[in-house]
Amino acid sequence: MMSTTAHAPTTTALSGAEVLMRALIEQGVEVIFGYPGGAVLPIYDALFKQSHIRHILVRHEQAAVHAAEAYARSTGKVGVVLVTSGPGATNAVTGLLDAMMDSIPLVCLSGQVPTALIGNDAFQEADTTGITRPVTKYNYLVRRPEDLAPAVHEAFAIARSGRPGPVLVDLPKNITVGDAPYIGAQDIRPRTTKVRTQPEREAVARAVAAMKGAKRPLFYTGGGIINAGPQASEALRRLVDMTGFPVTSTLMGLGAFPGTDKRFLGMLGMHGTYEANLATHGCDVLIALGSRFDDRVTGRVNAFSPGSFKIHVDIDPSQINKIVHVDEGIVGDVGAVIDMMIEEWEHQPAATHEADLAAWWAQIEGWRALDCLRFTQDGAADAIIKPQQAISRIYELARETRRETYVSTEVGQHQMWAAQFFRFDSPNRWLTSGGLGTMGYGLPAAVGAQVAHPDALVMDIAGEASTLMNIQELGTIAQYRLPVKIFIINNHYMGMVRQWQELLHGSRYSESYSDALPDFVKLAESFHARGLRVTRLDELDNTIRQALAHDGPVMVDICVAEGENCFPMIPSGAAHNEMILGPEQESSGAEVSTEGRMLV
Amino acid sequence: MQQEISGSAVISLLVDNESGALARIVELFSGRGYNIQSLTVAPVDEQGTTSRVNIVTTGTPSAIGQVKVQIERLVPVSRVVNLSDAGPYVAREMALVKVVSSGESRTEALRIAEAFRARAVDTTATSFVFELTGSSDKLDSFIDLMRPLGLAEVSRTGVASICRGPKTIQNF
Ligand SMILES: Cc1ncc(C[n+]2csc(CCOP(=O)(O)OP(=O)(O)O)c2C)c(N)n1
Ligand SMILES: [Mg+2]
Repeated sequence: MMSTTAHAPTTTALSGAEVLMRALIEQGVEVIFGYPGGAVLPIYDALFKQSHIRHILVRHEQAAVHAAEAYARSTGKVGVVLVTSGPGATNAVTGLLDAMMDSIPLVCLSGQVPTALIGNDAFQEADTTGITRPVTKYNYLVRRPEDLAPAVHEAFAIARSGRPGPVLVDLPKNITVGDAPYIGAQDIRPRTTKVRTQPEREAVARAVAAMKGAKRPLFYTGGGIINAGPQASEALRRLVDMTGFPVTSTLMGLGAFPGTDKRFLGMLGMHGTYEANLATHGCDVLIALGSRFDDRVTGRVNAFSPGSFKIHVDIDPSQINKIVHVDEGIVGDVGAVIDMMIEEWEHQPAATHEADLAAWWAQIEGWRALDCLRFTQDGAADAIIKPQQAISRIYELARETRRETYVSTEVGQHQMWAAQFFRFDSPNRWLTSGGLGTMGYGLPAAVGAQVAHPDALVMDIAGEASTLMNIQELGTIAQYRLPVKIFIINNHYMGMVRQWQELLHGSRYSESYSDALPDFVKLAESFHARGLRVTRLDELDNTIRQALAHDGPVMVDICVAEGENCFPMIPSGAAHNEMILGPEQESSGAEVSTEGRMLV
Repeated sequence: MQQEISGSAVISLLVDNESGALARIVELFSGRGYNIQSLTVAPVDEQGTTSRVNIVTTGTPSAIGQVKVQIERLVPVSRVVNLSDAGPYVAREMALVKVVSSGESRTEALRIAEAFRARAVDTTATSFVFELTGSSDKLDSFIDLMRPLGLAEVSRTGVASICRGPKTIQNF
């Protein structure tokens, strides 16, 4: 346990549940996403009796976690979840792993059977700390009343410090019912001191020296910059202004650098742009800022950015040299590192490779001229809508509203197209499940974002298959009158699965057809939302405008072409310069190696 | 990249003595595909709130480097040292070895035990239990020698280790 520096419990007897409320309030919690049950009834009672914290009742515990993730990612605060014991806790597991993979700060409070019954297979007992140990940054089973408040305070400190992540606190019912001492946050010393935030000056100086000597430099930025806060994104913009280097981003990093800026090459990796991937392949100095060389980014690791001098900045030392050997590893808060890079850049002698940099940019512009995201939309009024057309129009028309906009996605082709076509100019606006790729993330994420930003435009770009995985959240949306705009890119297929089957499995579409779909319009209406459907090109813009203008929740069923594939694509096991650009290049998967076929 | 050679390493760590702490460490190894050859754990401070864990693992130097930084991420772990990488150290293990035999084998077993300075901690007309402390290699060879002489059962503690000289795990 963490050490407490003072043992001055307040004299008025509080129940454990009341102590919990007090600790949450002290931690600045404003919203909890949760679902009640027997083991957490005392906590719900304490919630009822206070007025500082708002509770959002979801319709499934997995959704509570995704909503809290989006709340956290769109505000920079810690998301809070409350679930009951047993099935409540096990339902939360997918969300916890999702938060773990994408480094989202969360505190999940779970009910537990009384300590005396633990181990007896009591009703709704689960070994919650055992089950969630691998999917949390840390977890607790609170066995003694005096450990309750310190555990809650430490949980918040751990969730937000260093590389953020989910922390679970399991609360036996006797602990929440019985008396417990309140111990304030200032009276505990949380065990988070191992995190190094300030980088080593010499390492940063060496990195900047390499950047000064670069002929073909590239910034490869990731979700770490978003986690480091808006000031880190600001610092990145300044660093790019000073250096004039091109920038590519991971899926999780979108928005850290403005998507509409000319120096932004788009996303890299499996469905990244031609220019971003070729720049990654051909650069001579690669500066990874808060990114982790995920396999969706690297493709075949031994062919990833061959020949570049690699600089890797991460707050988590275990990420450095984990997948790709780097030449300069810098441990620290990426915002602090960028600030120091700026100082060093000003301080060190001017770069001498202006001409080389210009030539590098010329090469990049050549790649960019290929316009790798282009698609052909039949212009006839009654033409079938291409999914790319739908998504790019949603983007354009939403931009025209000039509203503060948050975008969540489900998982699949529509997610990748959204990543390609939406250009985020601010951090914290893009909410997607990157590391885990969790279908069912988008709808609850839209709930969380709208709760956090009641006046903003919140959109969920969804697939017809994914959205059914947490469709019950339409109930939450109705209850709290959350005006989210759900755009279902309905291609009647688990499109990403279908695409892999086409490219790697001889077009045998085994179980990937979305059969027996509901009527999404009626479904929306049955949940008191507006339902719209569009099937022809000439009605697309109007339908999107109508949805955006509606002041309540809307679900739009956009019926799109079924067989479209998402390009560019680096086939699994291939290198960045072996990208497939479009249908003309796609073959029966002959060029995918056996090893490639084994990759996920 | 050059092919790295796999070897074994002794990792020592200090961990808060709380429920689930050992599970956290062990699951990290199984979850990430690292190998545990032996593991020892016991409280080592006055109040019994801190335990020391010694793990013998095998892998390439970079895999072992990963093991160390991954363990460092665990909240209740306060210190991690790869002793094999940090200068000279002592690593000792204890074994209880049961030999059931008679006649010449029995005298031979006793003779070898003497040469290894193993103590007979239990003796019956047909059996011995030897207690032997030393490096894992020494224990291995003792057990190998006992095999043809009626080796019946082995119980080993796993390795306890500490660095040589005045430096402690706290100074790394
Ligand atoms: C929970 C879960 N189950 C399975 C998958 C595997 N998977 C990835 S994309 C996908 C298809 C998604 O279909 P849809 O939502 O219609 O999106 P589309 O690709 O058609 O745009 C599937 C099944 C997953 N990512 N998550
Ligand atoms: Mg689909």
